[in-house]
Amino acid sequence: MPPRRPEGPPPPPPVARVRLRFAKRGRLRFLSQLDLARTFERGLRRARVPVAFSAGFSPHPKVSWIGGVPTGAASETEFVEISLTVDVDPEALRVALDAALPPGFDLVECVPAVGGSLAERIEASRWSIRVPGVPVDDVASALDLLLARESVEVERRTKSGRALVDVRRAVICGVCRADAHDCAILDVVVRHTTPAVRPDDVLTALGVVSPLTFPVPPEPTRLEQGLIRSDGTLADPLAAPSGAPHHSETGRLASRLTA
Amino acid sequence: MPGQSVFPRLEPLLPRVRKPVQYVGGEGNSTVKPWESAVVRWCLMYPDAYEVGLPNQGLQILYEVLNEQPDVLAERTYAVLPDLEALLREHDVPQFTVDAHRPVGDFDLLGVSFASEHGYLNLLTALDLAGIPLHAADRGDEHPLVIAGGHSAFNPEPVAGFIDAAVLGDGEQAVLDITDVVRTFKDAGSPGGRTELLTRLARRRLVYVPAFFDVSYRDDGPIDAVTPNRDDIPARPAKHTLTDLDSWPYPKAPLVPLAETVHERMSVEIFRGCTRGCRFCQAGMITRPVRERSIDTIGAMIDTGLSATGFNEVGLLSLSSADHSEIGALATQLADRYEGTATSLSLPSTRVDAFNVTLANEFSRNGRRSGLTFAPEGGSERLRKVINKMVSEEDLIRTVSTAYAQGWRQVKLYFMCGLPTETDEDVLGIARLAREVIRAGRKASGHRDIRCTVSIGGFVPKPHTPFQWVGQAPWEVTDQRLQLLRDTVRADREISRAVGFRYHDGRPGIIEGLLARGDRRVGRVIERVWREGGRFDGWSEHFSFERWERSAAAELEPLGLSLDWFTTRERPENEVLPWDHLDAGLDRDWLWSDWQDALRGAAEVEDCRWTPCYDCGVCPTTGSQIEIGPTRRTLLPLTPVAPLPARTPPAAEEPASTSAATVATVATGKEKARAAAAP
Repeated sequence: MPPRRPEGPPPPPPVARVRLRFAKRGRLRFLSQLDLARTFERGLRRARVPVAFSAGFSPHPKVSWIGGVPTGAASETEFVEISLTVDVDPEALRVALDAALPPGFDLVECVPAVGGSLAERIEASRWSIRVPGVPVDDVASALDLLLARESVEVERRTKSGRALVDVRRAVICGVCRADAHDCAILDVVVRHTTPAVRPDDVLTALGVVSPLTFPVPPEPTRLEQGLIRSDGTLADPLAAPSGAPHHSETGRLASRLTA
Repeated sequence: MPGQSVFPRLEPLLPRVRKPVQYVGGEGNSTVKPWESAVVRWCLMYPDAYEVGLPNQGLQILYEVLNEQPDVLAERTYAVLPDLEALLREHDVPQFTVDAHRPVGDFDLLGVSFASEHGYLNLLTALDLAGIPLHAADRGDEHPLVIAGGHSAFNPEPVAGFIDAAVLGDGEQAVLDITDVVRTFKDAGSPGGRTELLTRLARRRLVYVPAFFDVSYRDDGPIDAVTPNRDDIPARPAKHTLTDLDSWPYPKAPLVPLAETVHERMSVEIFRGCTRGCRFCQAGMITRPVRERSIDTIGAMIDTGLSATGFNEVGLLSLSSADHSEIGALATQLADRYEGTATSLSLPSTRVDAFNVTLANEFSRNGRRSGLTFAPEGGSERLRKVINKMVSEEDLIRTVSTAYAQGWRQVKLYFMCGLPTETDEDVLGIARLAREVIRAGRKASGHRDIRCTVSIGGFVPKPHTPFQWVGQAPWEVTDQRLQLLRDTVRADREISRAVGFRYHDGRPGIIEGLLARGDRRVGRVIERVWREGGRFDGWSEHFSFERWERSAAAELEPLGLSLDWFTTRERPENEVLPWDHLDAGLDRDWLWSDWQDALRGAAEVEDCRWTPCYDCGVCPTTGSQIEIGPTRRTLLPLTPVAPLPARTPPAAEEPASTSAATVATVATGKEKARAAAAP
């Protein structure tokens, strides 16, 4: 008996691609990457976005996630790319899709996919980690101790067991400041490595180099992603190719940034 | 101030628990109203984990029905997992709703849906975390009324001490009527307090209030009598029966969870009730008569529901969905309508006949033909006659042959073990059937790569069924028979690799049996198990038979009773059953004669939808009647929706247009963020 094939015509082919920048805010920081993906696909259907589907018995919308944000972390800048069967107006798409997503999962930008791959325009993230319940000076001196080291390894659980990650080598620069309520805010630029160094790992590393403990769970927020510029800022990967460096400028970067 | 969000105190605890997203709320189509805008405030609880409770249709229906009322607010709460329970206790945070994170103790009413007895322990946890006294007798006017509903509320006696009232039957109209009584009572300044409110509810025949009934016991154990202790309430609280389901098309906008749940689909109830007359089936007995939704209402509900949710799968729910009078037309028209939209349709419960395979083919037009499920329930023809599940072996073989021939690779068969009069032979009949199914399937499909999965559940006798009097099979007997069956299948080299075998041990069924047919004296056992740490009984990793056994011995032995007395003991006809004073509409004499017919091997009881009435009693008692089609109507065309505008090709400098877009968008995003930040 020949294998069954789906009846009817194959799905329409993609004619355009768009890149979306979204934020994960407020209580939605507790969403996992899978939760985000499920919610996003439902949003696509609700907003009737003409997204392209794969062929076969279980068609999937053509959605590519660029990186992922840890459960519990907020972000102001995450990226996803979708293929479309109709070349619709990106801003109209953004408005419709944003309205179909829950508050806190906010689409902030939508542009046609032009230029090279998005992943190649991202090499690091800038994280802002709110550290309540710990004196600012303690966090600052722990950060100094971390940055003074060559290498600080921490253990973390991965899918395949336990792995050691070198936090120090991934941290490009960092600074600690106090917010208006005198709460410590840790600002760090972290290079994307495999396995990734997450904000939690940075905090664990601070606990390795100093007696720092965290009575209240810190709240990390990703502020930027992109290629590293020589001044330690990150180049927006959605900006026109001309506005961003085409390669990393980390070589020219000092190890510590002053605010 | 009441109604204040506890989220600021909860949030720091969330990074420390498993799957924190289940506690944040924010589901699509959820409703948050200002506390002061409502006169009557309901908290609805499904007493299991969020991932199990969120998809529950009953709770979603009541949530929407209540929130449609301008002066009523309804929020939801679920059982918190043990890791969060410990943190809530440590940090003194109360049981909260997921909608606006309000303390459960601040509401007027706490409605708890008991789909099964597994939720009893979790109710106690929620009450305790909410600061509501466990015992109804200890509650004051400042505490919510705790009202139980759902199928298990048809015998709420084991939890009678923990609830203030129980609602029997369909909840849609009942919650609105209860709300009216509470509104009038509050408007009048709550005269007479809690007892007066309960009296008003009982007098209006809306609820059963256990405290208004006294139970006396005979020296040898059974109940002597259940008598009302006041003369201004009906002596026999009765079930609610909703009519005309077309005028109650709920849920209109199903909840879309952010967290992953056990059913990732939208469900539409295509009819309520079942009169197939399977004697083991409590749902079929207590939800009579059959009331269909018409095909066009179903079509409209699916259309609005999909638009409101973005789900890509629709389940057509009922106790036996293939029995809808227009299921064939519905299947074809829905399959036509959603062809090419990557929307899948499913029919969860299946009947053994070839028509069913045709239906399944229609539903899977563009999907994989993976597995089809049939439920013969009993392994031998004799046993199937005892339970009134009239499926002949010939029917089954013909049906599965059709399925395998049409490309289905796997057939799942559901059976029960521990049925009344069952012998080892009956259970071994399951192995024989499985062998015949595999042989027929290999012949029909022309290859050996087919599978049959046999799933076996332990039978638990339930109240308001013809089997309410039977002695439950001891777990040792169930386990031994399942062992024998497994060994037999494994030893049969022809089929052993093609047959999958799924079963559970018999011990949880004994506890379910205790809770299902228990009386008020079982409440002490529940409380002791809970005090000793019992939680999430439906989860095998949390269930401890040993703890139940120990607690039952400690609480029941002093009364001259035992776990066996409540479970494996057969009841005589004249024994007062704990739920006899609760009216499910079924005539007790009919139930008894149907039980006797089962033992005698009398003729099949046919479905009263298509054959004359056999006087089960429900229609006259509840003032209802069978409501079925065919209506010969068709699905209405979908409302066209304007597509997104096409992109205007940029002149030359693309960056300019994109940066303009960015500026406009950031504002929108921030506005939504503010809404999210204020739960």
